[in-house]
Formats: sequence, structure tokens, C-alpha cells
Amino acid sequence: MSSDTFTHSRALIGRHLRHLTRTPQQLMSITLMPVVFVLVFGYLFGSAIDVPGGQKYQEYIMAGIFIQVVMSNLGLTALGVVGDLDNGLMDRFRSLPISRAAVLIGRTTNDLILVAWSFVLMSGIGFLIGWRVHNDFLSVLGGFGLLLLLGLATSWLGALLGLALRSAEAVNAIGAIIVMPMSFLSNAFIPLDGLPGWMQSVAEWNPVSAVVLACRKLFGNAGGSTGDSFPMQHPIPMALVLTVALLALVVPLTVRAYEKAASKK
Amino acid sequence: METAISAEGLRKRYAEHEVLRGIDLAVGAGEVLGLLGPNGAGKTTIVRILATLLPPDAGKVTVAGYDLAREPKEIRRRIGLTGQYAAVDAVLTGRENLRLIGVLLGLGKRKARARADELLEQFDLADAADRPSRSYSGGMRRRLDLAASLVATPSVLFLDEPTTGLDVTSRQLLWQMVRQQVDSGVSVLLTTQYLEEADQLADRLVVLDKGTLIAEGTPEELKRKVGGERLEVSVATAAELPAVVKAVADASADPPRWTRRPVASPSRWSAAWTPSPRSRPS
Ligand SMILES: Nc1ncnc2c1ncn2[C@@H]1O[C@H](COP(=O)(O)OP(=O)(O)OP(=O)(O)O)[C@@H](O)[C@H]1O
Ligand SMILES: [Mg+2]
Repeated sequence: MSSDTFTHSRALIGRHLRHLTRTPQQLMSITLMPVVFVLVFGYLFGSAIDVPGGQKYQEYIMAGIFIQVVMSNLGLTALGVVGDLDNGLMDRFRSLPISRAAVLIGRTTNDLILVAWSFVLMSGIGFLIGWRVHNDFLSVLGGFGLLLLLGLATSWLGALLGLALRSAEAVNAIGAIIVMPMSFLSNAFIPLDGLPGWMQSVAEWNPVSAVVLACRKLFGNAGGSTGDSFPMQHPIPMALVLTVALLALVVPLTVRAYEKAASKK
Repeated sequence: METAISAEGLRKRYAEHEVLRGIDLAVGAGEVLGLLGPNGAGKTTIVRILATLLPPDAGKVTVAGYDLAREPKEIRRRIGLTGQYAAVDAVLTGRENLRLIGVLLGLGKRKARARADELLEQFDLADAADRPSRSYSGGMRRRLDLAASLVATPSVLFLDEPTTGLDVTSRQLLWQMVRQQVDSGVSVLLTTQYLEEADQLADRLVVLDKGTLIAEGTPEELKRKVGGERLEVSVATAAELPAVVKAVADASADPPRWTRRPVASPSRWSAAWTPSPRSRPS
């Protein structure tokens, strides 16, 4: 990234953070939603789900709950992009002599900061309901690093979706079609060996599954039964590889879509 | 730089719909060219192409001396764009909007600040500078938008219907501000639906209809051709319009064409008549 792109992205992050401090609804949603996630998934389902390996349910489930915030980042970014298309700012930015990626880097980085903020809150609430990590600091940090990297990928995917669909309704509909299978066709909440064969393979190669399992390992939380597919045997490197592959696929497509972005008006 | 903008054989189509059917136009350095045309004529499409936002299907274009296809970034350094709908961040204040653009243009924080202050003063926005722009009136938002397109001190300025929807006072204030830019040597491509606006600002006019240029000349020449007077009447309620329309029609020799639109206050309407060009010998 050139130093200009860095300066521009930083200025745009400043813009987004101002939005955050001035629109209480937005601040509330990124603050309350994660807290509610932890309480709902951590407590309510606790009695209903059998924890593999006899460990505490709250320890098993936290990685899956972090993933929910990572996935919801897709919608956050997509709706932000649609907003900028609607009010014409995207045209304004595109008519400036700035790098093609700066606007997208600014928004996705900002949204990632919000995800990190949610993680901090969730970890606190998680601690209160009994979540503990049983590993060294660096490993735990590595786990959050993988979650953030996947959050970056979902954010760019969201930007692509926003640029392609150009409407909030369409984003909500199509976004759900992408997010639901990605988060639920994974090991976030359920052990995969209960699934029919082909579905199990899909779920095991889902980057979300690799990230969840890698996090459980890095946090020292129970992994549950994992199956013997390659990603499940090597979750940490595979989480990295699958997420980076997703980014490598989505980022160039998104930059191209930005170049051609046309507001609807 | 002798010509600010030159376009030859500009074409654009969307699926079956041919929006631009071979447009040739040129704007000289320091000149104001008015692009006049009704809704859907293709005005915005031309502006978006020339401002590097939309690739044309065919045509050779240079803006500020640079080739559109080869050096769009050089063009972006030298143009200002005020689109048909004000493109400002509603949550940010006027000052923050202008500073953001300044930093994005690479002025650096200090210069961006100074430039923002200067423009706010110049566009009569100093008092509202620290309010979120969503609280601005339509006229103020338009002025902020124009200011935003001038942060870089561009040499070529695109104005897409800059005063549509503004009341008479705001309109005149904006015209005055555009004139200041012209006096300082900026070349302008202005689109408008109002002959009056073109008359006020433009040195030369082209008339666009359904993607084709159908007339060209100075405002005087075109007015002579069209013949027309233009009469604008405001009424308190829409219900009074039919009676007013009939009265004017009865009093004129040729059947006038008229359009109606809401004016500043929501309960008021105005009707504008222009004589039909076909009904007069040219
Ligand atoms: N993205 C698009 N897809 C399909 N058709 C389009 C698109 N953009 C513009 N058009 C069509 O191109 C034609 C010209 O549009 P344009 O916006 O250039 O007109 P205009 O002269 O600016 O009109 P107005 O005075 O209403 O702003 C219209 O018929 C419009 O429907
Ligand atoms: Mg238009």
C-alpha cells in the first residue's frame, strides 16, 4: 500500500468513526448485539446441546459466537457501501485522483475495528458466564487474529455485494443467503459427524469451520469430534490458507466493481 | 491548453436503449458551454462520461488536455464535479466534508483546513460550517457540494443541473458563485433544463434531445430561433393551476407548452410556459 493510499484510508476511517460517534443506533447495535449473542447462545442453548469431550459448554461455544459477529460484518459493510452509492458520495470519491482501493480499504478497515471492539466486549461477557482460555497469550492472540482475518474477508465480500446489488433490500436478502449457510453449515454450533456425507464434506472445507476449530485449539477450548478431512486435521494452517484464498478471490473482484460502480440515480 | 473538453462521436447504450447517438462537442479554455435538454435527454450520461465515472462505448475524448481512455487519473486531478444530486456526507459538518476532500486530494491537514475555511467563507457557509450538513437547506447543500468540487481548484468544472429545485434567491446566489469561478478562468460544462439559466451563465449552448445534439449557438441565437418568452407563475395551491393555465392559453397566439412543478414551500406550485419550437418559423 502506497503512503498516499494509507493517508487516504486513514482519513476515510476518521469519517466512519465520526459517523459512529454521532449515530447512537449504530453504536448501540455494535455494542448490544454482541452482548446479546453471548448471553443467548451462551446460556439459553447451554442446556440443550451436548458438549463434546465433557468440557464446559460455555468454553466450547464461544468460538462459534465470535463467528456470528464476523459473519454479520458482511451486512455492515454492504449496507455502508449502498449508503455511499445512494447519497452520491461514491461518485464524488471516484472522481477524485485517489487510488482505486483507498475507499474500500478505509471502509473495511473501519468495520474491522468495530468487530475488534465487539470481541473485547464479548470476551468480557464470556468471562462472566464462565468462558476461560487455557493457552499462552500469543496463541490466544493468534486465535483472534484468525477471526479478524476472516472478518476482513467477509467485509470485502460485503463491499462486493453492496457494489453489485446497490440496494439495501437486495443486500439483506442475498446477504442472508450467503451468511446463513456459511455460519450454520459449519462446526460453529454443531459437531459435523452428525451430518449426511456430502454436507459434512462441504462443512469441513468451509473456511468458517477451519477458523472455529483453530480458535478452539488456540484458546485451549474443547474441539469436539472433528472428523478426519484435511482441514479438520490441520485447522490452523488451513484456516489461514482458506481465508487468504477467499480474500485473494474477493479483493480484486471488489476493486473492479468499485471502478465500474454506478449509482442508481 | 486550448480546448478544455473535446468529445467526438460519443456513444453510449444500455441494452436496447441508445442513450447517446454520436455526440460531438468542444469547450474552449475559459468558456462556459451550456448543455440544454429535457429529462432523459442524456445530459447526466455525458457529464458522467466526461468526468471519468462511466466508460463510453465509442468516441474520442480529451479533458484538460488528457485522453480519457489513457489517463483518467490526470483528468481527475484537474476537474471538479457537481453532480445532479448533492454528494455530501450528511453526518459530517460542512467543514469536515471539505477537509476530508482536501486530505483525499493530498493537500495535507494544514492546507486542507485553510482551504476549507476559505471556501466556507466564499460560499457563505461560515455560519453553518460546524453543523451536520443534513441540517442544511437545499440551497446550502448545493453550495457545499459546489465548494467540495472546487477544493482542488480545478481548471474544468462540470455542473449537472446545479440549481434544479432551488428557489429564485438560492438560484441567483449560486449563479453568482459560478460566475466567480468563470471569472477566474475555469472552463465549465453546465447542464440545465432552463433556458434562463443557460442564458445567465453560458457563452454558448448546445441542445440535446434523445441522445442527439439538435441545435447549437449563442443563447441569443437560440432564443431568436425558439422565439420564446417564458412565463413562470406561482400559485398557492395546485387546484388553482388549471384556471391559470387556461387564462394564459387564451391570451397567447400559439398554443403554449407548459410544465408544472412544486416550488419551495410544499403547498405552492408553479407553472412555466415555453412556446413550442415547432409552432414558430425559425
Ligand atoms: N444505468 C442505466 N441503465 C439503463 N438506462 C439508463 C442508465 N442510466 C441512464 N439511463 C437512461 O439513459 C437516458 C438518459 O439518462 P440521463 O440521466 O443521462 O438523462 P438526463 O438528461 O440527465 O435527464 P434528467 O434531466 O432527468 O436528469 C434515460 O432514458 C435513462 O433512463
Ligand atoms: Mg440528469
